[in-house]
Amino acid sequence: MSTSTRESRGQEMALTAAVAVVIVLLSLLPMLRLIKEIVAPGGTLSTVAIKAGLASPATWIATWHTLVAGIGGTILAVLSGTLVAVLITLTDIRGHSALVLCYVMPLMIAPQVTALAWLQLSGPASPFLKLFGAAPPLGTKNPLYSTSGIILLLGVQYGPLVFLLVRAGLRKLPRELVEAARAAGAGWFTVLVTIVLPLMTPSIMAAAALAFVSCVGNFGIPAFLGIPANYLVLPTLIYQRLAGGGPAVLGETAFLSVLIGAIAMAGIFAQEVMSRRRDYRISSTSLPAEPYELGRWRPAVQAGMWLLIVLVLFLPLFGLVLTSLVPGYGIALNARTATLDNYRFVLFEHGAASRAFFNSFWLSIAAAFFAVLVAVPIGYLIAWGKQRWVRLLNLSVELPYALPGVVLAIASLLLFLRPIPLTGIQLYNTVWIILYAYLARFLVLALRPTISGYHQIDRALEEAAQVAGAGLFMRMRTIIFPLVAPAAIAGGLLIFMTALSELTVSALLWSSGSETIGVVMFSFEQGGDSNYAAAMSVITVAVTFVLMLVTNLLAPYLPIGVLPWRD
Amino acid sequence: MARLSLDHVTKSFANFDAVKDVSIDVADGEFLAVLGPSGCGKTTLLRLVAGFEKVTSGEIRIGGETVSGKGGSVAPEKRRVGIVFQNYALWPHMTVAENIGYSLKVARLDKAVARQKVADALALVNLQGLGDRRPANLSGGQRQRVALARCLVAAPSLVLFDEPLANLDVHLRASMEDEFAAFHKRTGTTIVYITHDQAEAMALADRIAVMDGGRLAQLATPRELYHEPANEMVASFISQGILLPADVLTAEEAGHCKVRVLGTELVVRCRPGERPRAGAKICCRSADLDVSPDGPGFDGLVKRVIYQGGAARIEFTPAAGPDLILHFEQPDPVRLESGAQARLRIKSGWLIPVAGAAS
Repeated sequence: MSTSTRESRGQEMALTAAVAVVIVLLSLLPMLRLIKEIVAPGGTLSTVAIKAGLASPATWIATWHTLVAGIGGTILAVLSGTLVAVLITLTDIRGHSALVLCYVMPLMIAPQVTALAWLQLSGPASPFLKLFGAAPPLGTKNPLYSTSGIILLLGVQYGPLVFLLVRAGLRKLPRELVEAARAAGAGWFTVLVTIVLPLMTPSIMAAAALAFVSCVGNFGIPAFLGIPANYLVLPTLIYQRLAGGGPAVLGETAFLSVLIGAIAMAGIFAQEVMSRRRDYRISSTSLPAEPYELGRWRPAVQAGMWLLIVLVLFLPLFGLVLTSLVPGYGIALNARTATLDNYRFVLFEHGAASRAFFNSFWLSIAAAFFAVLVAVPIGYLIAWGKQRWVRLLNLSVELPYALPGVVLAIASLLLFLRPIPLTGIQLYNTVWIILYAYLARFLVLALRPTISGYHQIDRALEEAAQVAGAGLFMRMRTIIFPLVAPAAIAGGLLIFMTALSELTVSALLWSSGSETIGVVMFSFEQGGDSNYAAAMSVITVAVTFVLMLVTNLLAPYLPIGVLPWRD
Repeated sequence: MARLSLDHVTKSFANFDAVKDVSIDVADGEFLAVLGPSGCGKTTLLRLVAGFEKVTSGEIRIGGETVSGKGGSVAPEKRRVGIVFQNYALWPHMTVAENIGYSLKVARLDKAVARQKVADALALVNLQGLGDRRPANLSGGQRQRVALARCLVAAPSLVLFDEPLANLDVHLRASMEDEFAAFHKRTGTTIVYITHDQAEAMALADRIAVMDGGRLAQLATPRELYHEPANEMVASFISQGILLPADVLTAEEAGHCKVRVLGTELVVRCRPGERPRAGAKICCRSADLDVSPDGPGFDGLVKRVIYQGGAARIEFTPAAGPDLILHFEQPDPVRLESGAQARLRIKSGWLIPVAGAAS
């Protein structure tokens, strides 16, 4: 008896220890290393790094720009996302699933691809405008190279994020709360303003905080739109410093990255404060309210919705495709000029580009595979674990994703600049440092669906196996993994799609030979070769789209909400 | 205050009829309970009256004005109907006073007048001084009172209750029942009260509409429902009536007729105009059954004796009808034991009228 207790105890200890090691390595270590660089550069406590950072005017300008773009983008995202969520969830508008799929799609497209696509719609070289002969003369500045351009695209990119959270909140709104107000004589608009939106405050605030963190940490959009206009935000400032100064300026960029982290945290803190000011807890559960009948307005609202989707999704992608078919900058597209040369060039001829496809694919697969494997035991401890400290686990896994990617990239650089002690293994300047950062950053994307998968499974299934004499590892392999596998694998696919065209982290960590798709796309665009960048973008968007369709096959086995684009 | 009429109301969802051809007239100031097992369509009926659902056919009139019918549907906010929900539906982001004053605010009433009305409503439900509380800080009974006050403050012409006591504990239920009765007496408002609890319906209502499978099974006073059920469903649903097959032997005379039940003849109450027929059913209550060891009656087997404190519930199967179960109560000292033979006598009963016969 005592030997078997010891055995099962031993297995649980081994699992806990393994999970703890993974989390320390991936989450805590980089964050601690970063903090050490700030408070004790070179090993002794000092405020030199902080003082140097604060003294630089560039820091202040970039901080101001970050705040302007971040707050502007957040406001736009919250307004558009909430409006769309209200229209789709509370009215009798038709074609819900198609609308949701199309509206959420921009979220699955990398920010720099969004930026590139929109750039192809405007400006003097736009093949789209040239189709109508409406392009401004060469030499005109693209209007998107501006603060408002950045804010617009951040709003487009993260509106869907707000939409998803607010929609989830609206779906939980019990119909009685709406009906009680209507019986009290309030019309639909009054109900919306006095009951529905106030009750949605927590969802909207949470969405705003998330959108703010995403906007502040976004690299792709300010890199494509801001750098040409010399409008630097903190992530692009870090990029420029590091690109110009190399490892010598790491200390300075560490300060800047902590500054971004602090701004992001301030956003989350503000949300906490706002949500606590009142009691918004909805205690009862019930059916959702009957959809509001738009009546004669329905065709107009519906047309408006699709117009919005054409504007934010189809037109930019169309522009992207057009550019990828143009032989060179500023050439008008027609039947004679259209060519597939750009695709041939990036896939087979350009060394860095074809290397990038190879690198990004295996990096994404490796990150996804590892995350799925690790998410199952971590999810087990978080969802079903009895210890209280396990909740902290969840938080520490969320941290690298919640913080802007730049923060993690700088932390990884600091961690691996020198060879790993004792082993002498050098990760810096190899593709492995990117893999490390991907693992740390994206683990949570597989963990979240896995945990909600666990919450849907009756624990008794595991207990039955336990009663039948199966040890923890046996149960893991034969009972638990098969049950949560769909959710974990869906998470893995989300990681693959996100990592495939990732730019923020790899822009700071890449080296010659370890280019990623995002990095090569960025350098094409910076070099003026938009058509090559567009061809790469079209390929990644197509891969993402196919993967979304494949993932849909898993949908019947998944908890609701795992696939953001599924209604 | 207003009269409520439902005229051949039908509500169909995708593939089934939730409410089928229901006609009810509720008089001005009447307290009508709608009673039925879950899924019988009673909540749909209430939502039709409130205007949250649209009728498929038929008409609903409130105070003479057609609110649902062929010509369309008046929006819920224009019906001047008050509702008290089962889960209270208090808005968590507002204080008690804001909850109650909501309809006044929507109607843009003068603030001072509104404040006075809210205070009056709070006093009416004995919640003086709790206006600044949040709903989350109230007990279940207090929340229900706030919900009541919120619906009263606008002086609605018609108040709908949707199982208002279902979420309260037994003790609180009784006191809220008293409060509803007192409120009805005081205001004279027309009330439609949905419940699945017979005792509640009997205690409160002037008339009860029993619903079954979307249809109106019977609309009558509580006393009539109990003593003169119109059909088998009502007979067995109300107070667990016992249904027994019977042959009618004589025509009705002074409200009674002679029937043969389980091989014995007895006289039961019946509707005027009943004629001799075979295959009829009578309804009797457990109080109508009597143990008569030596007298007239029918023999059978005691299946189960369930002691309930002070009395026992006896389940009895007559020899003449082995599929039937009759139950009755025997006060202490309980003499019957399960497995024992016994002889029962039916003292009285009610002849269920022919299906479809007018009441």
